[in-house]
Amino acid sequence: MTNGHDTHSHIVPIKVYLLVYVALLVLLVATVGAAYLPGHHTLLNNVIALTIAVIKAVLVILYFMHVRYSTRLTWLWASAGFFWLLIMFILTLGDYFTRHWVPVLGWE
Amino acid sequence: MSVAVAKHGEVKHNYLNAGDTVLSWLLTTDHKRIAVLYLVSVTLFFAVGGLLALLIRLELLTPQGDLMTSENYNRVFTMHGVVMIFLFLIPAIPAVLGNFLVPLMVGARDLAFPRLNLASWYVYMAGGLIATWAMVNGGVDTGWTFYPPYSSSYSTSQVTLTIIGAFLIGFSSIFTGINFIVTIHKMRAPGLTWFRLPLFIWAHYATSVIIVLGTPVVAITLLLVAVERVFRLGIFDPALGGDPILFQHLFWFYSHPAVYIMILPAMGVISEVVACFSRKRVFGYHFVAFSSVAIAVIGFLVWGHHMFTTGQSVYAGMVFSLLSFLVAVPSAVKVFNWTATMYKGHIEFRAPMLYVMGFLGLFVIGGLTGLFLASLATDIHLQDTYFVVAHFHYIMVGGTIFGYLAGLHFWWPKMTGRMYPEGIAKLAALIIFAGFNLTFLPQFVLGYLGMPRRYHWYPEEWQMLHVMSSAGAALLGIGYILPVFYLLWSLRNGALAGPNPWGATGLEWKTDSPPITHNFEETPIVTEEPYAYENHHQQEEVASGTGASTAEA
Repeated sequence: MTNGHDTHSHIVPIKVYLLVYVALLVLLVATVGAAYLPGHHTLLNNVIALTIAVIKAVLVILYFMHVRYSTRLTWLWASAGFFWLLIMFILTLGDYFTRHWVPVLGWE
Repeated sequence: MSVAVAKHGEVKHNYLNAGDTVLSWLLTTDHKRIAVLYLVSVTLFFAVGGLLALLIRLELLTPQGDLMTSENYNRVFTMHGVVMIFLFLIPAIPAVLGNFLVPLMVGARDLAFPRLNLASWYVYMAGGLIATWAMVNGGVDTGWTFYPPYSSSYSTSQVTLTIIGAFLIGFSSIFTGINFIVTIHKMRAPGLTWFRLPLFIWAHYATSVIIVLGTPVVAITLLLVAVERVFRLGIFDPALGGDPILFQHLFWFYSHPAVYIMILPAMGVISEVVACFSRKRVFGYHFVAFSSVAIAVIGFLVWGHHMFTTGQSVYAGMVFSLLSFLVAVPSAVKVFNWTATMYKGHIEFRAPMLYVMGFLGLFVIGGLTGLFLASLATDIHLQDTYFVVAHFHYIMVGGTIFGYLAGLHFWWPKMTGRMYPEGIAKLAALIIFAGFNLTFLPQFVLGYLGMPRRYHWYPEEWQMLHVMSSAGAALLGIGYILPVFYLLWSLRNGALAGPNPWGATGLEWKTDSPPITHNFEETPIVTEEPYAYENHHQQEEVASGTGASTAEA
């Protein structure tokens, strides 16, 4: 418990920011490149694109948003965001995946 | 505006007289002044929403659509919903009472991010003005739910502009939520442990969790509707390859928890008022505190009960039904605990307490009728009828507005330094209670009989129930106007309140009324549990002769 501001802050070297930026650009090129893979595998393309997107998001959260250098409380809140996203996915997909378990007249 | 005067005639400094120029208000970073800015703004928007409601009730006096066309009726009820939900119900208690009280209750000088707090008001006003601009330029006719494909592909009304307004207002509440979370974590006074926090703070913490985790989802979802509408990119419209049920999932993922954004802060108010005017500790403090968190978490798992009849899987419906019943448990815990708090208490029937007692009855009716709608079978009959309209007004008006008015009266002496006139305030509370029930009880019957919502033509046999409902709305309107007059009157003419007119516990009552700009002369140190009314009562008896009004916590 405190009654003031936490003045502790981690100074990130500019080199780290530049490296993350370059990594993001490489991943961007990879996303575009993956879209041109021969064979038109929609599922595979989606998996690749989403995996790259997740990696990019994690990099932004850890470095640009300073979560890597933050307190455990910040980690908890950052994780809560993903946990809630998971809730949204699971319950929404729960609808889509079970919709055809009971055949509905005219929907076959 | 009130200015407290010390005994020797010297004007005491407080947040209200800290600056009297318009700029001193528009550029303030004082949480109390920002709360006043919000108070004025939400009251104005409430008046707009209220006038639209009166138009709806006027139209429904007769079975024919004779006051306005069907298209205009669609616009009027949509704008009533948009204004009331986004511009009044969601911000009302957190942005007015929460802004004013959270720092005071935790013993801090301000919120953690004062400039972000001011920014939240500007963003709210920008969103509100854009929504108003959309209203005066034709309005919007989709219902406040913006369901596609009608909203994205067919409506010729101001959908995009209204969505931009709602998007901005969402960010305003995110700013407030972040501010509350950080303040409650990092700026509590020495000795103020988590379980010494007032339940108002627990409620606002839980509300902030919902705001921060849920609002971005609806903001992006509404933006996707705008993107589909403007760029014809298929997301929700089946004709473009989209999925309209996906919109409903994403929309209700936020918009059902949004009900708890509206009701949880009201529950925080109820806990404070019921303890003060029963002169007792809140029964089962820990249960009430954790039930706020439970509501915030479970409230995110129930959204599918809005979609039982829209093509959602039966199995998903069963899970959502079960979870919806589960969320009733923590709400019931609170109601039972407040009732137990009153049991054998020294109850004072002040105006805020009247609102609290109204809240308890109305919230129970609203909650229990929610269980009808959470049951798959009964919902098939009741979905999209006036039963739903009555149910959610019992929660939002009977719950949130009663909580808001209870809180506004309870902390009015703290905010302004002046007492409101008790007699007329009690009368207004009774008029609002009577008007509310006359308006919405007949709507349960109408819905049960099959009257669909969002229609202005209806069979003649339902006219009597509609006339009762419209008469109730007129009474409710009178009840709402009264506080505007007597609260404004009290700013100059009300009796001076002193720091603690109710003899209440809590740090906000340990500083002047109105408080100084930095809230406390010295950082308070907390040494006792919350709501220690019994201890103070015993102390009063020991020091008999000092009078109840000096029993300052």
